[in-house]
Amino acid sequence: MQSETKAHVDQLTSPAGHPVTVLRFEGDIASTSKDAVLGAYQALPKATAKLVLLDFTKVDYINSSGIALVIQMLIEASNSGQKVYAYGLSAHFTKVFTMVGITKYAGLFPTQTEALAAL
Amino acid sequence: MKQVKSTSVEVRLPSRLGYEKVAMSTAAAVAKLMGFREDRVEDLKTAVAEACINAIEHGNRLNEGLSVGVVLSAGKDSLEVKVIDDGKGMKTLPPKPDMDRKMHGEEDPRGMGMFLIQALVDEAEWVAGQNGKSSYVRLVIRLDKEAE
Repeated sequence: MQSETKAHVDQLTSPAGHPVTVLRFEGDIASTSKDAVLGAYQALPKATAKLVLLDFTKVDYINSSGIALVIQMLIEASNSGQKVYAYGLSAHFTKVFTMVGITKYAGLFPTQTEALAAL
Repeated sequence: MKQVKSTSVEVRLPSRLGYEKVAMSTAAAVAKLMGFREDRVEDLKTAVAEACINAIEHGNRLNEGLSVGVVLSAGKDSLEVKVIDDGKGMKTLPPKPDMDRKMHGEEDPRGMGMFLIQALVDEAEWVAGQNGKSSYVRLVIRLDKEAE
C-alpha cells in the first residue's frame, strides 16, 4: 500500500565552491523507509560529506514515523559534524517540518538552486 | 446557495500500516466535495493518517484480525472524523514534542503523531471506550477556517 522509498546520491558543488552531497528521495517516507532514508545517509562518507542536501521533490507522503527518521538522521549528522539542508517539500510539509522544530536544525529551501546558492 | 445535508461516509481499514492512506484519500475527497481549501485538505489528510496509524499501531496493536473504523460526517460548516479501534484508549495525552530534547537524545525521535493531529485540526479529542474497547479519536475541521 505504501509507495516504496527510493534514494539515490548525487555529488554537486555549490556556487561558492563547496562540495554538496544530495540525497534524492522518491516515494513515501514512513516507518518502512528506514533502510532507504537512514541507510542511504549512513552509507555516505562522513569525512567528506560535510554538507548534505535532502531532495524531497518526488515525495508525496511523509508521516510522523518518516519525520522521526529525518530527526534520527539530523541527530547522527549533528554528532558527525555534518550540516543538513532540505528542499522540495510541499507547502504543507514545510509547515509540518516547521511545526515540529526541524527547521532549527535543517534549513529548508524551495528549490535546489536556492539551496545551493545558500551553501 | 449550495445546500449541504449531513452526510456520512464510513471506511473500514485492516490493521496494517499503509492502509491509513485509504482513509486519508477518502477524507480528502469528502473535504474537497464540501469546498475546503487545498491547504486545509492537506491538514486533514495528515491528521486522519496519523489518527489511523495510532489506531493500527497502538489501539489494535497491528493485529490484522481487528479493523479500524473511520466515520466521516459532513455537516453544513464542518467535517467530523471518528477513528475507532479496539484498544483501551488514551488516559493521558503525551507532552508536546521537544525538538531540542530529541536532538540531545533525551526524548524519542518518534511521538509526533498526536501533536500533529492537535495542531492541524480545529478540535481533537480522545475517548476511551467502555469495557476497554471501541476507543476513538474525534477530529473536527471547520469549513469557515479558510475565511480567516
